[in-house]
Amino acid sequence: MKANEKAKRVDRVMTWIFVAVAGFFILLLIAFALLVIGRGIAGFEPYMLSFTRDGIGNQLFNTVYLVVLALLFSVPLGIATGVYLAEYAKPGKVTHFLSICIETLSSLPSIVVGLFGYLVFIVMVGAQWNLVSGALAVSILNLPLIATTTKDAMESMPKGYRMGSMGLGATHWQTIRRVLLPACMPRILTGIILAAGRVFGEAAALLYTAGMSTDINWSNWDITSPTCPLNPFRPGETLALHIWASRTEAIRPDAAQIANFSSAVLLILVFAFSIGARVLGRRMERKLAGGK
Amino acid sequence: MESKFEVSKLNLHYGQFHALKDVSLSILPHEVTALIGPSGCGKSTFLKTLNRMNDLEEGVVIDGDVLLDGKDVYKEMDAISLRQRVGMVFQQPNPFPKSIYENVAYGPKLQGIRSKVKLDEIVENALRGAAIWDEVKDRLKKSALGLSGGQQQRLCIARALAAGPDVLLMDEPTSALDPISTSKIEELCTELKKDYTIVMVTHNMQQAARISDRTAFFLLGEVIEYSDTDQMFSMPKDKRTEDYITGRFG
Ligand SMILES: Nc1ncnc2c1ncn2[C@@H]1O[C@H](COP(=O)(O)OP(=O)(O)OP(=O)(O)O)[C@@H](O)[C@H]1O
Ligand SMILES: [Mg+2]
Repeated sequence: MKANEKAKRVDRVMTWIFVAVAGFFILLLIAFALLVIGRGIAGFEPYMLSFTRDGIGNQLFNTVYLVVLALLFSVPLGIATGVYLAEYAKPGKVTHFLSICIETLSSLPSIVVGLFGYLVFIVMVGAQWNLVSGALAVSILNLPLIATTTKDAMESMPKGYRMGSMGLGATHWQTIRRVLLPACMPRILTGIILAAGRVFGEAAALLYTAGMSTDINWSNWDITSPTCPLNPFRPGETLALHIWASRTEAIRPDAAQIANFSSAVLLILVFAFSIGARVLGRRMERKLAGGK
Repeated sequence: MESKFEVSKLNLHYGQFHALKDVSLSILPHEVTALIGPSGCGKSTFLKTLNRMNDLEEGVVIDGDVLLDGKDVYKEMDAISLRQRVGMVFQQPNPFPKSIYENVAYGPKLQGIRSKVKLDEIVENALRGAAIWDEVKDRLKKSALGLSGGQQQRLCIARALAAGPDVLLMDEPTSALDPISTSKIEELCTELKKDYTIVMVTHNMQQAARISDRTAFFLLGEVIEYSDTDQMFSMPKDKRTEDYITGRFG
């Protein structure tokens, strides 16, 4: 029975180690969040919340708008790629190569993607900095994430779903569209959250694409005008870039305070977004799994 | 009686492996036909040739005739409409992660039925047909994954019925279920054969004896004996059949 005693003791010790590690990281996260938010609030002045040249309201709006635009590109394309890889691509060299390419894409340094975006979407097109090219650049970075989660989710579906659907006279596409994709949705949503999180915080890829200036006239709703908030072809500095710009260029005496406050706002934005998306995912999952 | 399925000289290869050898069987309408035999003898493979589910596997080569009401299912019918006429119930209950209602309405919707009234009617009839209506009528909008295994299997039968088939193929439909659910499904089969033709794979000799009208004994891809269930279980013609049903091997 000595071996049993020992196994139990090791078991207890391991449990404690895991609890300690998890606890350490939770504490670290909380401390970090409190620090960032606390310093943001410490330097807060009401004007910072305004939607003017001095406040960060415009940057906040740009950030959200850019995320929406980027997801508009990367979600359909990423899901389509994932579905293709899981369902249509014949396993073989080409598919394998394609998968490697997609994985590589996600680990490209974002500054490289930013320069690529600058060359292709700005220089070659002959445009000025604009939100769409920023959205396209970050899409390059987060498309792989969405594609991979979609592919993995599709491949993890029980064979019975496919058999059941085909057995009722569904085509391959009907099976994907009506059974497999809906069943994968909670997992795909997780991929989208991660992808969106990346856009919220991205700076380097946006430097030379979405640009570092923002000039919005909130009473101008002519979408073709460069100062209309909703014009996707206007330059749009995001919060992350604003933090970087305030910190490096210190154009204003209180640049540090602005940077701190922007950081706090960005953090809260990301938290709110991922909590919201997770609640939605949880609800979807519960609906699929079926409460009694 | 005209046979429902007329299978003759059916050979099936998985790549190099010869899984069905010269199988010839007539399956009669409004009967339960049981397929028995040791594991790996080709029962599931045979069942899947009847609604062309084998088409989904790689490297399957089929040769011979499978006629459904006189029409060759491989040459004169497309797989989609064939599968609407020949429904399938699997060994593991496999409801979709959707509501009970959506599971049953799946087949009719594929066939383009959109009218809510029509769908409601089809769903109710199918659930009644599968003897599960009373248990689920108050929770049609709830996920099918919340049902018990036996309920899920009857739901899958309902889902197959809703697509409007005239044949039901069942591959060991009760092997994952408890005795009570099993006997419910057996009763159901006896009920359903009034309207449908049923072909069922089973590993349970008593089950085959209880509910089937005719039994085919498979061994290593061949049909050794095919006859009236009563006759097969009382006086099998082949020594190997006798050994199998008396439990001496398999
Ligand atoms: N997709 C496949 N590729 C290659 N061989 C296969 C495939 N499916 C089945 N086989 C082989 O064909 C033979 C018959 O398989 P089948 O599934 O029809 O057996 P079965 O009688 O249903 O057995 P069980 O009672 O265990 O379900 C087996 O030897 C099996 O290994
Ligand atoms: Mg089988």
